[in-house]
Amino acid sequence: MLCRTANELYWMARHIERAENTARILDVTYRTSLLPYEVREPGMAWAEPWSVPLITSGQAKAYYQRYPELSADNVLKYMILDASNPSSIFCCLRAARESARSVRGAITSEMYEDLNSAWFEMRGYDYSRIDGTGVSDFLDWVKMRSHLFRGVTFGTMLRDEAYHFIRLGTHIERADNTARILDTKYHILLPSADDVGGAVDYYQWQSLLTSVSGFESYRKIYSDVITPHRVAELLVLRDDMPRSLHSCMNFIFETLELLCDEHSRELSRQAGELHARLHYARTDEMIEFGLHEYLIDFLERVSALGDEVSRVFLVPTD
Amino acid sequence: MSPQPFDEMRNADGSVRAHYRAFADWLDQTTPDRIAQKRGEAERAFYRVGITFAVYGEDAGTERLIPFDLVPRIIPADEWRTLEAGLKQRVRTLNLFLHDIYHDQAILKAGVVPTERVLGNAQYRREMAGMSVPGGIYAHIAGVDVVRAGAGEYYVLEDNLRVPSGVSYMLENRKMMMRLFPELFANRLIRPVQHYPDLLLENLRAVAPAGEERPTVAVLTPGAYNSAYFEHAFLAQQMGVELVEGIDLFVQNDTVFMRTTRGPQRVHVIYRRVDDDYLDPLAFRKDSMLGVPGLFSAYRAGRVTLANAIGTGVADDKSIYPYVPDMVRFYLAEEPILNNVPTFMLYRPQEREHVLANLSDLVVKEVHGAGGYGMLIGPTASKAEIEAFRARIAAAPEKYIAQPTLALSTCPTFVDAGVAPRHIDLRPYVLSGTDVDLVPGGLTRVALREGSLVVNSSQGGGTKDTWVLAE
Repeated sequence: MLCRTANELYWMARHIERAENTARILDVTYRTSLLPYEVREPGMAWAEPWSVPLITSGQAKAYYQRYPELSADNVLKYMILDASNPSSIFCCLRAARESARSVRGAITSEMYEDLNSAWFEMRGYDYSRIDGTGVSDFLDWVKMRSHLFRGVTFGTMLRDEAYHFIRLGTHIERADNTARILDTKYHILLPSADDVGGAVDYYQWQSLLTSVSGFESYRKIYSDVITPHRVAELLVLRDDMPRSLHSCMNFIFETLELLCDEHSRELSRQAGELHARLHYARTDEMIEFGLHEYLIDFLERVSALGDEVSRVFLVPTD
Repeated sequence: MSPQPFDEMRNADGSVRAHYRAFADWLDQTTPDRIAQKRGEAERAFYRVGITFAVYGEDAGTERLIPFDLVPRIIPADEWRTLEAGLKQRVRTLNLFLHDIYHDQAILKAGVVPTERVLGNAQYRREMAGMSVPGGIYAHIAGVDVVRAGAGEYYVLEDNLRVPSGVSYMLENRKMMMRLFPELFANRLIRPVQHYPDLLLENLRAVAPAGEERPTVAVLTPGAYNSAYFEHAFLAQQMGVELVEGIDLFVQNDTVFMRTTRGPQRVHVIYRRVDDDYLDPLAFRKDSMLGVPGLFSAYRAGRVTLANAIGTGVADDKSIYPYVPDMVRFYLAEEPILNNVPTFMLYRPQEREHVLANLSDLVVKEVHGAGGYGMLIGPTASKAEIEAFRARIAAAPEKYIAQPTLALSTCPTFVDAGVAPRHIDLRPYVLSGTDVDLVPGGLTRVALREGSLVVNSSQGGGTKDTWVLAE
């Protein structure tokens, strides 16, 4: 497969997944903002719920250059529709569609048509329409389009290299995003000490779990109260939970084993190492190390893995 | 030539022609609501599939649909038989002509075509002289524009031998018609065209450098912002070959490679949709970002085949066009089956005088123009336009030809007010490689503006499905 094609497919998948995860982060923020909360450092703008989507996507600085104030409307506008924000849902869908268009021969026509129609629908949205029909409605639409695209991909595509690069992009992006969503609890969701284990804490964990489609699974597995320890276990270490870090690394590791050859041993080693860290980790150790620190370390490693994928397959320097 | 256009569907007395009867009955029985609903469905589907073309000169990334009309253009079996034979004869001749002018130049020595028209032509590529190409084939893909005039007789208007486009619309239009109105295809009288990509691939493989058992074919595109990008991607996908851009290729030891995730892979045949000038910055335009440095050297060494060959533009030039019937006689010793439109060459003083005296009755075209730009259509032009053209002709007469205004045939077409006749043309795609072949049909373009004779999509033209009926 052409390196350029592999690059476009990989980024097409990443952008779709990013659109979905931006929708998920906005969704958890929206739910949280409806709950009573106390911030860690009252009066600090960054500690408000609506700063979470900006911090997790690394867009806080760029946001304040465009909007002087933090408000739900502004953050939603910026994260959904702003063409100057590369993480906005608008930009992610546009980039995914442009990638698909430039390599449309490498994907099935069903995939292209699905993405193309998603893009045309996206272009029909403006803020008053989103606000009018309900933010959650729109965010659900984004998630459904991402599910639909993944389903079309899964159901129509030959299991060739193109498929593997799409799968690689999806899971690298998802690993990154799950880690970021989980880390939001560190930034903002800490209730006052009195509330630990109380109603507010419960609803906050619930909304976080819901945003990664993990609430029902949590109930099934633990049938017990929500504790940070178990949430961390579910979203980091359990490999039967499709958005967990461990599960993402399973896919990444498997896919790279298929793609790598004798020229790319280092990449395969790096993936194996990161996979093993999750595969053989213990929840206690992770909590002891500090969940926030653990997630930051993981994000750095995933990012390095992404760079190596790029260097080996996508943009080789010859 | 009669000024009254030939109606494809109806006889002069208003009765429906035999080959349109089944369709006319269907149209009578189908409610306007259903038609309107199907038109909407077609438009949405074309958007979703992405059959859009980029419009130059508007906002970057502007994408438009080429309007699709639901009334098919129907060609009866006997007419197609003549057309097919005539098109094959014509393309065979043009390939022989190209081989000849880059080798022995017998036709110039015999005085059939004036030497200076060929060797002095900007489209004549000296670099190609003496170089042999596989099978002696230069125009692997030819899009020959055919029109029908007043008495129903066919004329060749233009031979497009460089990078003719539009075949994807032929295929997508058929797919759309079968999806919208499957009942029309149930009697199996309409000959299929969907095997075009297979036929194309077969022909491209046939012209690979000698000794290659399983040649690798690739489609070379200028990129996603080219107006015909959809077609490039479509054809690559339909043939199951890579769609490459210049940056995906490199040349080493006169061999062309693609950069792949498994390292370099050799390419044997390039179906290029990039113009000659931009193919190789080392050989042609140095500022080209679209090409591949060293490609021409690999081509000359016979290590890669380009389709179409470099330098085919000299044979589809409007100043060469008038000589094609004589070429048929010269190379094949046959009478041409298809008519040429009578053409005045303005470099000849007598013809120029006649043209200048009759500008308001004639069509004047730039010799190197294409896409419906740079044309004067006398009968519909204003006085000022005519005078402007008169001055341009006087300044450089060799740059122009003139032809009588053909009353292009009309076909019923859906317009705002219902169904009305609109002028059409036809572009069949003739493939050369293993032999000379074409699928039964082509792209029918329609001028949607009332009275307009310009069918080009850049000038408000639309398209129709083209049905060739089985015997």
